Amino acid sequence: MTLASPSDFQAPQQSSPDQGGPRGLQPEGWLRYLSFSLDHKVIGLQYMVCGFLFYFLGGALAGVIRTELASPISDFVSRETYNEVLTLHGTVMIFLWIVPVVNGAFGNYLIPFYVGARDMAFPRLNAVAFWLIPPAGILLISSYFIKGGAAQSGWTAYPPLSLTTPALGQVIWIISVLLLGGSSIFGGINFIATILKLRRPGLKMMQLPMYCWAMLGTSILVVLSTPVLAGTLILLSFDIIAHTGFFNPALGGNVVVYQHLFWFYSHPAVYIMVLPAFGLVSEILPVHARKPLFGYTTMVYSIIAIVVLGLVVWAHHMFTSGTPPWMRLFFTIATSFIAVPTGIKFFNWLATLWQGKIALNSAILFACAFIVNFVFGGITGVALAQVPFDIHVHDTYFVVGHFHYIVYGGTVFIIFSAVYHWYPKFTGRMLDEHLGRLHFLLTFIGFNLCFAPQHWLGLNGMPRRVAEYDPSFTTLNQVSSVGALMMAVSTLPFLINVVVSAFRGEVAGDNPWKALTPEWLTSSPPPVENWIGEAPLVTHPYGYGVPADRLDLQMVTAEQIWSDPKP
Amino acid sequence: MTSLTSETGDLAQISGEVDIAGQGHGEPEHGGHADARLFGLATFLVADGMTFAGFFAAYLTFRAVNPLPENSSYELELLLPSINTLLLVLSSFTFHRAGRGLLRGEGLACRRWLVITAALGLAFLAGQMVEYFNLPFGLTDNLFASTFYALTGFHGLHVTLGVICILIVWWQTRSAGRIKASAPFGLEAAELYWHFVDGIWLVLYGILYLL
Repeated sequence: MTLASPSDFQAPQQSSPDQGGPRGLQPEGWLRYLSFSLDHKVIGLQYMVCGFLFYFLGGALAGVIRTELASPISDFVSRETYNEVLTLHGTVMIFLWIVPVVNGAFGNYLIPFYVGARDMAFPRLNAVAFWLIPPAGILLISSYFIKGGAAQSGWTAYPPLSLTTPALGQVIWIISVLLLGGSSIFGGINFIATILKLRRPGLKMMQLPMYCWAMLGTSILVVLSTPVLAGTLILLSFDIIAHTGFFNPALGGNVVVYQHLFWFYSHPAVYIMVLPAFGLVSEILPVHARKPLFGYTTMVYSIIAIVVLGLVVWAHHMFTSGTPPWMRLFFTIATSFIAVPTGIKFFNWLATLWQGKIALNSAILFACAFIVNFVFGGITGVALAQVPFDIHVHDTYFVVGHFHYIVYGGTVFIIFSAVYHWYPKFTGRMLDEHLGRLHFLLTFIGFNLCFAPQHWLGLNGMPRRVAEYDPSFTTLNQVSSVGALMMAVSTLPFLINVVVSAFRGEVAGDNPWKALTPEWLTSSPPPVENWIGEAPLVTHPYGYGVPADRLDLQMVTAEQIWSDPKP
Repeated sequence: MTSLTSETGDLAQISGEVDIAGQGHGEPEHGGHADARLFGLATFLVADGMTFAGFFAAYLTFRAVNPLPENSSYELELLLPSINTLLLVLSSFTFHRAGRGLLRGEGLACRRWLVITAALGLAFLAGQMVEYFNLPFGLTDNLFASTFYALTGFHGLHVTLGVICILIVWWQTRSAGRIKASAPFGLEAAELYWHFVDGIWLVLYGILYLL
């Protein structure tokens, strides 16, 4: 038997350049990205750029935090300003960067390709969901400049603090988060409908790329949990504006009820941030290791398990809120259980890489670093799930270290990996590998330098959300701040790369990675209708390393699998 | 074998394929893909239901855990809310009649049932207003009062939106309108929403008034 090679296949005749929206009178070229486009690819990139802008803003806010924390006294900004900065940092990073990018950017761009559709199920809803984000973000930022300043109660907005700090900033925060939650829900509805209803004829659920399953699970979480946050914040706003007493003990209310309602959303929120990243890494690893994804069926069941369990573990954020012992017992056990499907996925990724022909490019470097970072973050998570341990480290820097390992070391690393992987598809040009490796090195070292010491700080009692701390914590805080500086610097090679490569990068061709998923079986960038002619039916999206005569080529034409970009 | 040559580069064709204008094409062939709009609405109603679920959970927890002040109680007058419940349940049946009328081509019957449904909805809202005026407590009096107004108010907002939708559907079922037997989505969507609002009310009535 002979192995298929690229020279066996001819480059297909492609393609019309992206012609803008289907209505004819749409703006052309880059102006499309500032318009109310209905094209999922345009919307996806709108989410991407908008998300990255908010990432830089959130990063600048982090820079303020780490500059303040480089010394034990509050000498850089006032304490109130520090509170506003940390609140905005968390809120911006979660609602304006991670959730929009892993769901809205990659989801909207890729899902129609993966199900074999020309667009999402509801293109207008898609555009509305995106265009809610810039105004909501601007509204949130504007709260910093008003009398009384921005909200100061953290992204968690616990009463009574959120009821006693300046009201206008808090109300603006609530409105902004309600808009962003609405955007997220609209997106979730769109993904569920697209994945379940718009699949190309002949394409079965268990033949879909894993990212589809991840987005389906994520969207179910979005639809079930985000509305509860919306309701809670509406009640909180009533307390602030109308002086009702839902969460105000002085008026007969209950602060713990707020926490339950808040965390009912906010725990699934962390899966909303990480599950799509799991899906993306499941797409990236097989391509660059030239091996099928290991354990497809188990990966699907793991996603389902994470979705179900993710809805019943929220009170592990409340072990020190006076929750009764029986409640803490239940949530400790359920939270420990959720480590199992996550661990299964982790080992499946390792098995995917095992004995693969791994190309050491920027995409795979970030993906492998994700695996390392996520293991640490996951293990500290299992530790935090145990009540006796959590009682000591709750609200300390141990928790801050844990979740940054998951969200930054996990999801953000995957976002970078995904950018290096899909940029050629989005733009038709390759990113520069030298700058990519510099970006990777600075990010990986800077990130670990910043967040690893925080575990020690937390174990030794440094609380979170403070501008001043005991002087014995100074050295490690300074190390952490140097790491943060390195992370800030690491953005530069990335930014230069992304901008310059759009004009001067090597032409990518249709399929520079020789990948098998449907988005690579069309031009880079794709035409407005995604493919010229019928959508390809890809029954084996992970058919790598399989000899040509054993690969099911009946449905996928040979010309479509390989295209030779160089003449 | 799939073909790589373009069947047509005609943008109007592509526009028709993805059915962006959304003119109610139910058949899969016509839009190029299945009509997922009712499914999308159902998913949205799950989300909306979860908002109410959060409110219900809060209310039940408050009842279990937070004592009311001395001079207040959970007792409510039952007559008006019970009549309101009957009105709303009836309106779901009348809306269903309207839908049947549309699909059978009986435009006049359909429109009459729509008017009756809207009238029942308005009567429900009027009943709520009367009840609000006659209640002995205000929004901020105590936790039960606040939750009562928040829950019934949020529901009332949904009923109001529903009545507006019924009136829009009534307008679009005129002979020159966009809703017809071959394109019933507008009415079906409004009907599903209305049944949802009715269902929420039944839960609300049960836990606020009967419990």
